[in-house]
Amino acid sequence: MAKFSGTRAHVYLAMMPVWIIVLVALVGSTIWTFVISLTSSKLLPVYKFNFFHQYELLLKLPAWQVAVSNLIVFGLLFIAICLVFGFIMAIMMDQRIRGEALFRTIFLYPYAMSFVVTGLVWQWVLNPGFGIQAAVRGLGFETFTFDWIVQPKRAIYVLVLAAVWQGSGLVMAILLAGLRGVDEDLWKATRIDGIAKWRVYPSIVLPIIAPMAATATVLLAVSVVKAYDLVVALTGGGPGNATEVPAKFVMENLFARQNIALANAGAIMMLVAVVAILVPMYYARRYSAQKAGA
Amino acid sequence: MSSKSEKIMARIGVYAFLVIAAAFFLMPFYVMIVTSLKTMDEIRVTSIFAVPSAPTLEAWITAWQSACTGLKCNGLSVGFLNSVLIMVPATVLSILLGAVTGYALSFWRPRGAGIIFGVLIVAAFIPYQVFIYPLVRMLSQVGLYNSLAGIVAIHVIFGMPIMVLLFRNYYAGLPRDLFSAARVDGGGFWVIFVRLILPLSPPILIVAVILQSTHIWNDFLFGLVFAGSDNQPMTVLLNNIVNSTQGEKAYNVNMAATILTAAVPLIIYLASGRWFVRGIAAGAVKG
Repeated sequence: MAKFSGTRAHVYLAMMPVWIIVLVALVGSTIWTFVISLTSSKLLPVYKFNFFHQYELLLKLPAWQVAVSNLIVFGLLFIAICLVFGFIMAIMMDQRIRGEALFRTIFLYPYAMSFVVTGLVWQWVLNPGFGIQAAVRGLGFETFTFDWIVQPKRAIYVLVLAAVWQGSGLVMAILLAGLRGVDEDLWKATRIDGIAKWRVYPSIVLPIIAPMAATATVLLAVSVVKAYDLVVALTGGGPGNATEVPAKFVMENLFARQNIALANAGAIMMLVAVVAILVPMYYARRYSAQKAGA
Repeated sequence: MSSKSEKIMARIGVYAFLVIAAAFFLMPFYVMIVTSLKTMDEIRVTSIFAVPSAPTLEAWITAWQSACTGLKCNGLSVGFLNSVLIMVPATVLSILLGAVTGYALSFWRPRGAGIIFGVLIVAAFIPYQVFIYPLVRMLSQVGLYNSLAGIVAIHVIFGMPIMVLLFRNYYAGLPRDLFSAARVDGGGFWVIFVRLILPLSPPILIVAVILQSTHIWNDFLFGLVFAGSDNQPMTVLLNNIVNSTQGEKAYNVNMAATILTAAVPLIIYLASGRWFVRGIAAGAVKG
């Protein structure tokens, strides 16, 4: 008996670090951030509460509104293009091609690199004076223009381009794993029925791999809300505020503008956005799992 | 006959798509390499796609030892060393902690396991900005803010969600009878872990090492906030070198510096092959 309780003590000991991380670093920080967001703190936390005043300020602030609308445009385009492009790549990879391993390596390597690297490479490739624009003009097309990175109305699409370059290989890998799991009998059946392959993929196969597509969508959506490194490296939020995003707004108000209550209100809004993405997903999954079980 | 030629056309279409897609993914890398091998004079007069006429490693040497960030001109080598000093202990510690916790959760059913599991899953998705300010304050309280130990601790904390899920799921798939037999033989918590569980863990350990080492190497945000100016990782230093507004831009040095920063995760990626994809799949399961 004594030995048993000794072993239990070791279990508690082993669980100590993770308890500290969970309770202090994760739950504790979140609560603290929320509490500060309810105060009027500037440089240091002061616990004078004015409740949701910072949220009111935040929602009226043009800089925040621009950041949020940029994020929505960026997010919708990025997710849609990644899913479509990733799905097409996965289908093409599924045609018993030669060199599959090589193509897989090429499509996925950007995902192994830092967002900072991705941002800096595309900044250079899209540099109007030296990059693609200059190269095409050098071929004799003197009026060719591709200067989105310095156009306030176009810079957000540059962000989408670089993010798709980095992330679409991941979608391909996830969806390809899904395609490989599709029952061979299904393919036989569609062949006997004489249904064209290009119709089978969107109308029959896509619903089967929907859970994989949903996983990919959640991963992409969460990375959108987190977007920070790529923006800093690629555009620095510019030109003007054309590519500012909420994560960058929060960081600047925390460390440069010393406006911590406002910054933390922004961080809590980001948390709310993630919860708004995850909760419907969670229930949709439970619902479909129940349906499958019934 | 027509059906046969249709089939050939379809094959050509598939390969054409794949080759064009591959060109899209490889183009920036190609541009990075050729730019880094040119002199600035050549960059000014040739296309970014042009092959360097007289390849030189000068830009690489400058990037490594004397590129400037503000007033300091020590190149990226300092950042490389810092990144190694951050990555090695953070990878080892987060994997150890993740393995022990995953083992305890799967086999010993500790109290509050559900709470821990729930918080870790949710935390995997929460934007880091939610935690940053309180963690800065907590680390300053214990004197670890702007220190190597501090940034390592941050990586261990934020490695926990994925590491615990990874190991718990793997251990949940091991036959429980093995564990029960070891218990009957009188094995304690650590003895069973070291003698029975660890020897069964190499596949998941490899996946964990690949995931953690690339994540930690590629991190920018935590390095920027928590490492302090003496321990800046390579990504932060790289961004400072390239996006610093002072002086004339040396694009060849910038691209050499960018390749150098990407080199470690790229080598891990190329060397690990299918394991990397498996790690992504394991990471994706958390969704």
